[in-house]
Parts: sequence; C-alpha cells; structure tokens
Amino acid sequence: MKSKEVSLDAALSHIKDGMTIMIGGFLGLNEPLAAIDRLVKLGVKDLTLITAVNAYPGGGFGIGKLIENHQVKKYIGSHIGTCPAAVEQYKNGELEVEFYPQGTLIEKIRAGGAGLGGILTPTGVGTLMEEGKQKVTIDGKVYLVETALRADVAIIRGYKADKMGNILYRGTPNSNPIMALAADYVIAEVDYVVEPGEIEPDRVGTPGILVDAVVKGYGEEKTREIFRELWIKNKKLA
Amino acid sequence: MDARELIARRAAQEFKDGYVVNLGFGIPVLAASYIPEGVEVILQAENGILNFEAVTRLGEEDPYIADAACQPTRILPGGSTFDLAMSFAIIRGGHVDATILGALEVDQEGNIANWALPLSPGKWSPGMGGAMDLLVGAKRVICTLQHTDKKGRSKILKKCTLPLSAAKVVDLIITELAVMEVTPEGLVLKEVAPGVSVDQVKAATEADLIVKGPVPEMRL
Repeated sequence: MKSKEVSLDAALSHIKDGMTIMIGGFLGLNEPLAAIDRLVKLGVKDLTLITAVNAYPGGGFGIGKLIENHQVKKYIGSHIGTCPAAVEQYKNGELEVEFYPQGTLIEKIRAGGAGLGGILTPTGVGTLMEEGKQKVTIDGKVYLVETALRADVAIIRGYKADKMGNILYRGTPNSNPIMALAADYVIAEVDYVVEPGEIEPDRVGTPGILVDAVVKGYGEEKTREIFRELWIKNKKLA
Repeated sequence: MDARELIARRAAQEFKDGYVVNLGFGIPVLAASYIPEGVEVILQAENGILNFEAVTRLGEEDPYIADAACQPTRILPGGSTFDLAMSFAIIRGGHVDATILGALEVDQEGNIANWALPLSPGKWSPGMGGAMDLLVGAKRVICTLQHTDKKGRSKILKKCTLPLSAAKVVDLIITELAVMEVTPEGLVLKEVAPGVSVDQVKAATEADLIVKGPVPEMRL
C-alpha cells in the first residue's frame, strides 16, 4: 500500500487562499506547530480558521502567528482573549469572529464528521447564542439547534503515525481526534512516522482511513525544547 | 487577608469529599489551595483531564500535557486524559458535581454574565470558552467575585446588564463581603464576612437581599 507520508509543503499545497481550515490543539499544546510555522512562511491568506480556543496566552506562538501575519479573515471558535492580535483585528474590522461555546463547537465539528445535520444543546439558551437559531422543546426542555461544521482542510497533531495514517495521541488529544473526521483533506503532523503494525491497534486514536497526509513535525526532542522555553519565558517553570 | 484570599478560602469550604470539580481561572483556582483537610476532590480540566495538579519545577513538565490555561500539568494516579467531545460530554452531561466560576455580573435570579465585554458596537470579547457549557451542565454552580467594581458599583444586581453566559443557573454567590444563595423567593443573605454588618452588605448590593433572622459570620 502506498505510504501516506509526504513532505510538509506537499501536504500544505492543498490549502489555498480563501479556504476554511481547522487546526487542532489547545492554547498551543498538541497543536501542529511545524505546519503552522510553514503556513506563515507560505503566506496563504483570507483563511477562515476554526480552532477550539485561540493562541497561547499573549500570542506569538502557534496559531497566534497566523492571525498576527494577517492570514485569517474569519475566526470561528470559543475565545479570542488570549490572542491580542485577534482582539485588535476584530475591533478594527479586519477580522470577523463567530463565537460558539466550546462544547457546542466541538459537537458541531463532531456532527460535521459523523454525517449528522447538527446537534441539540441546552447551552446558550437565554443568551446571545440564540440569535438566528432554531429552538426545539423536547420533554419540556428547550434546546438550540446547532448545525454541523466542516472544513476544506484539517491539520491535526498526533504523537505517532504509521504510514497508513493511523494516529496515536499522547497526553491531551483535545480537538484533534474530532477534527480528523470533519474536513475534505486531513493532514496529520506527528513526532514519529512508523511502519504499519508498530502502533498497537487498540492504541489507535484516529483510524488511518481518515487521514490523507502524514507529515513529520518538529519531533519530540524539539517539542520538549519549544515548550520548556515557552514556559520558562512565561514564568510557569523555574 | 486580601479580598481574593478571603473569597477563595470561603469557596474552598464548598468542596465535598469525592466531588468532581471544574475551577475557573483566578479566584476559583486559588480555592484549590484551601481545600479542607480530609476532603479530596477530583479536578476536571475542560481541555480533557481528570485528576491533575500543576507542575512548576523545571524538568517535571511534559510538553504533551497542560491544563486549560496551558500551564504545565501532571496527571495524578487514577487520572485520565481524553478528547474535547468526551470532556464536554462530562461537563454538559451532569457528571461534574460543582463548578466555581468568576463573573463580571450576577443577579438575584441566578443569571450570570462572564464572557462578554463590549469591544465596539455589536462586538464582544473575550469569548466564553467552556463557561457556558459548565454553567448549564454542572450540578452546582458557585460564583466567586468581588462584590463591587473598581468604581464601587455593585456587581450583584437585580438584573444583569452584560450579555448572559447562562440564565438562572447560579446556586451560591461568594464575595469578600457575603455569601448569598439564589432561591425561588430571591437572593438570601446567608453569611457576612468577619467584621462586616448586614447593613454594609445591603448598602453595597444593588440586588434585593432577603434577610431571615440573624446572619452568621463566615468561618474561614
């Protein structure tokens, strides 16, 4: 079987100006940092970016760089406060922002990948989240109808992938396994690329059929350096 | 003791042994430092962890594990990590016993506003993150905040003025002046801070406060 391992540039060539992309990760952690850094260099623009939360607090890291480099025209997520550039661009009209409660957002993405039209949630009833949405009452309880969400391309981050695309996650997988189902083209950035059979089947977090491209990221050693430096700089470690 | 510590110490008394709790940033996280002896709780982090603690010493960090503020974190024995769909199923599905969250405003009907400050007309920031789901899903909602803003205006209102995070969900409000319970009849003053009188609390509160008999002092 043909290996799904490709170069970073070959994988990212699927991302064109104006596309909608999902990027896994949570405030930088288990985010596909190598792919993001390369996207910044490539300069694709007018992107709609979907992430669970925004950049590592203060920005200058991970997805924060895409916003700081003015490559995002619309942001869909649950929070922008950690990324000063996102707040500023939203305020001055450069960036459009669509907020969803985080639990709603992840279910919209899950629905998008699972063949569902949407989900019903009690979250947001009685708030601005109701605007423009259908409400349904089931057994006396009110729910908002939240429609499914998909992207043209998803970039996810795993720890290991085999060449058939099976992904093993490490630590907190956050949005990555959900996004892996919800895009037309799925790129998995990992620290290690291994042969089929080297990941135990019951450790596979995302089955390989869902992944289109496997790319080697910065690797484990460099990842450790990156976060050590980040956390020392932000006085989280001493 | 400053206001934040006082609120955190009082909030910590709400922890019950075996509780699964999710703590917001700021004062709620500080409350974890004052958990009473003999009480063990399991902390939940919205990014997908149960049972963890912060790591501050260089060399103990793991670049694949952090809490919902991306602080270096260690999973405790018996802990687990999982994806965001599982995390919010736990939160929304009623599997978290209590959440302690900060607020910009809270009112006598149990409404809470904690996600949106006006940025420009029709635009709000910073966003709700996981707060709206927690408020709807946690079995008990405890709101910790300073009683008044920097200009001395009450943050305990008859009706919230900022966009709501959730309607009619708050069970208990803890400030540096008082503990108040949201009940079907209204907001009941349950305790006052040491050295604070009922009249002082009333004067600092825009909401209607129900006072039933003598009000005990907080024990800290």
